[in-house]
Amino acid sequence: MTGLEVDIAGIRMRNPTMLASGILNETGRSMVDVAKAGAGAVVTKSVGLEPREGHPNPCIVELKCGLINAMGLPNPGIDAYLEEVAFAQNGGVPVIGSVFGGSEEEIAEVAKRMASAGVAAVELNLSCPHAEGLGAEIGSTPDRVKRICGAVKASVEVPVFAKLTPNTSSIVSLASAAEEGGADGVVAINTLRAMAICPELGRPILSNRFGGLSGEAVRAVGVRCVYEIFDTVTVPIIGVGGVTTSKDALEYIMAGATAVQMGTAVWSDGPGVFSDVCDGIGKFMNANGYESVEEMKGIAHR
Amino acid sequence: MPIGSGIRAFAITEQVDETPTIRTVRLDGSMHAQPGQFVMVWVPGKDEFPMSISYPGERFGITYKVVGEGTRHLSIMKPGERIGIRGPYGKGYSIEGRNILIVAGGTGMAALAPMVEQAVASGASVDVVLGARTQSELLLRKRCERSGATLHITTDDGSDGSKGFTTDKARVLLEVGVYDMMYACGPERMIVGLLQLSRTTGVPMQASLERYMKCGIGICDSCAIDGKHVCVDGPVFSHEVLSKLSELGRTRMSPSGGRIPID
Repeated sequence: MTGLEVDIAGIRMRNPTMLASGILNETGRSMVDVAKAGAGAVVTKSVGLEPREGHPNPCIVELKCGLINAMGLPNPGIDAYLEEVAFAQNGGVPVIGSVFGGSEEEIAEVAKRMASAGVAAVELNLSCPHAEGLGAEIGSTPDRVKRICGAVKASVEVPVFAKLTPNTSSIVSLASAAEEGGADGVVAINTLRAMAICPELGRPILSNRFGGLSGEAVRAVGVRCVYEIFDTVTVPIIGVGGVTTSKDALEYIMAGATAVQMGTAVWSDGPGVFSDVCDGIGKFMNANGYESVEEMKGIAHR
Repeated sequence: MPIGSGIRAFAITEQVDETPTIRTVRLDGSMHAQPGQFVMVWVPGKDEFPMSISYPGERFGITYKVVGEGTRHLSIMKPGERIGIRGPYGKGYSIEGRNILIVAGGTGMAALAPMVEQAVASGASVDVVLGARTQSELLLRKRCERSGATLHITTDDGSDGSKGFTTDKARVLLEVGVYDMMYACGPERMIVGLLQLSRTTGVPMQASLERYMKCGIGICDSCAIDGKHVCVDGPVFSHEVLSKLSELGRTRMSPSGGRIPID
């Protein structure tokens, strides 16, 4: 691996940036466009077994420092979504299928069907903070995380990444559990559980009341989580949370991430943010004598 | 709006019946926007939905048809009660040319009325085709008449103006007149028909599309149409872009993200 190329659990990426789940990935066409805009890989929307409309609007709050969303995992169901996944392959970059479910068996089944569409890996959403009985509600205890990873590993051949919640006393124990369960990588962090209130109307803005905070506001938390996880697990880490610039991405990489995901930055900066971040990383490497992204991974642990 | 401005609360100043099924709500604040831009309207405790701005500027307003729980609740709210607004969002119409044809079907005039006024004010010669199912549903007719534009009425049932569709009247006007630009808002089958006329006559067109929206800010992909996002790339699109949309007039996305046919 030289230059911006990275290898994560055997998946070769032309650069270390990925589109995060939940952003511009309801349709295959949008994922292709993000790949063309420069992303090194794209993660799909999180999908489940059956169609779900998600929470009623309002499901997003714009802040100066990021976004709070409570989409509530809307998706057309895995079988209908497979055509979008198939189309997304036209982007020419690895497609990682994000899945959720309410039980080990259900998640394993969705992952199996997702894998049938030829994805490079599956990402387990064990961390959505605003859906009852799903996401973080089943992904907050190490024992459950280990069992879910084990069940999915038994049902698919492709690498399995566990996306973890920071809304816990120890994300490190969740990462260790994922590794013990056989996960090939961990993704940290999902959004931080959050709320916004409209004072004039005297009520929470989101219909679900609670949502997940993303963007600039959570980056320092995400970097800390990746740093702690890197000290404990050996599987690769994908860093996510508030990456908008190459400097942000480098923080995650030096904390121990092999790659980073971006979502909220697409809102603030548009899809061109992927190539901007990659250009910046390349310039930084040239200026500082690094020959590969791998060489910078985890160097802040000294 | 600067990024992250978020929701602002506005009090209702009045609600006016425009037709038996369409109302205008005016609010106690200003909203400066291009014709065709939209806001996300939050009816507390009920829903949030995109609506084009029918009255920009001071005491701005939106003109809406009751189609669901959110608009039904909005329609019974009284002056002094408050709703939340974020925006304006999206790309609106840009006024180009001296000879302009504006075609509005159904609730389409809500988005186009500011456009009619600004086009006339720019000194352009403006023909407006205003169509509805029946006479009582002709939207903002008086406002168009007052603007100084030349009005052409069509109704499906022939109760006023020419019997037939807006596209029939537009075809006749395009055959005899010379236009620099056509502007449209209305049912998608009307947009498709006008796009065909734009192609055959060579008159360029800008049309506003409508899709189910969640975020309104270009990230959730709910309003995607062939990779374009109605919330940030639109809602107004040029004929060049519209011509490339294979989903136009065929499919739209449901709240769950499945593709459903357009009636």
